[in-house]
Amino acid sequence: MLLQRKTTAALLAASLALFAASCKKKAPVAPPPPPPAATSAPTTTETTRPPAPVVASFSAEPTAIQRGQSSTLRWEITGNAASVSIDQTIGNVQNTGNRRVFPGENTTYTLTATGPGGATTASATVNVTSPAPPPPPPDTGGANKGTPDARLASAVQDVYFDYDKSDVRGDSQSVLQQDATALKAILADFPSLTIVVEGHCDDRGSAEYNLGLGDRRASSAKDYLVQLGVPAERLQTISYGKERPQCTDENESCWQRNRRAHFSAGQ
Amino acid sequence: MKKPVFIALIWALSSLALTSNLAAQDFKGNIVGGSKVKIAVPDFRGSAGAPALMSTFNQTLWGDLVSAGLFDLVAKTFYPHPIPQQPSDFGAATMASWLNPPVQASYLTFGYGATQDNLFVLRGWLYDLTRGTPAQAQALAKNYIGSMDDAGARKTAHEFAADIIALFGGKSLFGTHIYYVHQAYAGAPKEVWVMDWDGSNQHQISRYNGLTIQPSVSSDGSHIAFVSYAKRTPGIVVFSVDPLRDLHFYNQMASVNSSPAFTPDGKQVMYSSSAGGRCCRLFLANLDGTNFHPVTHSEFIDTEPKINPKTGAQVVFVSGRSGPQQIYQMSIDGGNIERLSDGTGEASNPSWHPNGEIIAFAWTRGFAAGKFNIFTMDVASKRYNQLTHDEGRNENPSWAPDGTHLAFASTRGGRSQIYSMLANGTEAQRLTSDGLNFSPVWGK
Repeated sequence: MLLQRKTTAALLAASLALFAASCKKKAPVAPPPPPPAATSAPTTTETTRPPAPVVASFSAEPTAIQRGQSSTLRWEITGNAASVSIDQTIGNVQNTGNRRVFPGENTTYTLTATGPGGATTASATVNVTSPAPPPPPPDTGGANKGTPDARLASAVQDVYFDYDKSDVRGDSQSVLQQDATALKAILADFPSLTIVVEGHCDDRGSAEYNLGLGDRRASSAKDYLVQLGVPAERLQTISYGKERPQCTDENESCWQRNRRAHFSAGQ
Repeated sequence: MKKPVFIALIWALSSLALTSNLAAQDFKGNIVGGSKVKIAVPDFRGSAGAPALMSTFNQTLWGDLVSAGLFDLVAKTFYPHPIPQQPSDFGAATMASWLNPPVQASYLTFGYGATQDNLFVLRGWLYDLTRGTPAQAQALAKNYIGSMDDAGARKTAHEFAADIIALFGGKSLFGTHIYYVHQAYAGAPKEVWVMDWDGSNQHQISRYNGLTIQPSVSSDGSHIAFVSYAKRTPGIVVFSVDPLRDLHFYNQMASVNSSPAFTPDGKQVMYSSSAGGRCCRLFLANLDGTNFHPVTHSEFIDTEPKINPKTGAQVVFVSGRSGPQQIYQMSIDGGNIERLSDGTGEASNPSWHPNGEIIAFAWTRGFAAGKFNIFTMDVASKRYNQLTHDEGRNENPSWAPDGTHLAFASTRGGRSQIYSMLANGTEAQRLTSDGLNFSPVWGK
């Protein structure tokens, strides 16, 4: 009965006809013989003490940085490791991975891989040097105006926000006042330039909501600059939500770095 | 006979939150524990030319039946010999050997693969072992034809599984699609991709070489919408699916146009826009973006509108109007706004069940900010049930057309990937593995 009910589709009808024909003309497709029954019992393996996990690699790249820069630790553990950890407050990590670190001074990181066969350690050192003295302020007079990107990078600072907030914080007001002065100078030097105010978020809210939050941050920063006399028609806003993070660590210092308005040169 | 099983499943999903949390838990134990149909699914073998395809066929059939959530598949180690391959092999003794301990199956599938005219032919049977005699036992007998390759073997397995699932009142997911966002590596461009419901046949849809996010699909599967940065700021793009064509949705002059969603009739799009003020209000527009008008008027972020697929009259959405982002419901004209989530944590990504009574969504309730888990909620009673439990971030749940499965994105394995699971939180299966994958939406 079920067979009949299902034969309405033309393709199936055709397929059944194919089979019906085959059944009449010759014997049905001969099924293969059943496989022989398994007879041999599986062999048991002796239990031996497993080898300790092996640290296939553990490195810091670069091994020498200037203070304030980052180095990336990379590691790979092979063999049977129950836990892998790195000291210097990093804690437990996956068997294979990498982590950006921002040591303030020469630091040796020790990785410990522990398994049923014992523990293995390895270390990597990052040497930190003090930064070179900052360059002199750009010469804004005469022919040497630099490029908009270079001017923005050196003279205009990012503005930071609180979690899930888009209002300008007290400590950001002085930053925006300096930014307004610098932006007016840059816009005066490049009469066809527009400045893009980018709004960014940390990665904790939903991506969809953060697209809105980033837009509100960019708008807040723009409105503040316009109040200080930066021409509104030369500031464009764009939200990247959490799509363009500066860092991806799960801690407050990274989250704060991503909750920002950033200034870049438009077309 | 076995219909009550599926009726119980329907009841569980539709009244999930009408009951107390405790009752929902009771129900979960119920489907997982006792009332699934016990079925034996021995490996099918192939005659001349077909053996190479049988392992693909057997894995696919097994996987489809497991993920249907209706069956308790008896472990193969218990199976007796010989395994029947056609009805002439199936006598009273064979029937008893599958019905009695240790197998104790109620149903048995058997059959074999063969080649004919350079096609792969799968002969499949389902026998009800409880009907008394071999002559009465046949519940399904059908031939399935596919190409002589793994794709053909998978197709016949999916079709055979769909017929079996249909016999028990279930809906097969065969033929449904999941749209999602794919990124080759962190920082790379994001593009909209599509795959079959089981993760196969993954291919790229959008080609902007930039940020392309927030895909959405119409109820009938004929249109997709998403957000692209191709014109500098985020804007909405609507495509027809077949043929794949840009319908040139008109975007309002705004720094953000995002989160598009179709009305159930497919004739309008609701979206979130900063047009005319601070981000963002919800707007309703025609399918081509014209005739837009605001629906909400708050001074805060309103986004992710999802229109009730059954009534077309209610909208669930995400808003920051009371503080941290929460789920709200309103009429499609913007009236009768009420909050659905209880104000704790942060809630996002609402998705309607096809019945228009239940939503799935992501919520950090009980966890730190950013630690989203998947929840379901009965909208009328606001009762909810937690489906995932802190295995990474779990976001963007999307109901399958069968109303029984959900797709979602999770970082449980490290990087974000797309998973499917049953609506009671069990049978999670990873569908993607290359690169990073986000924001699944399940369409026809």
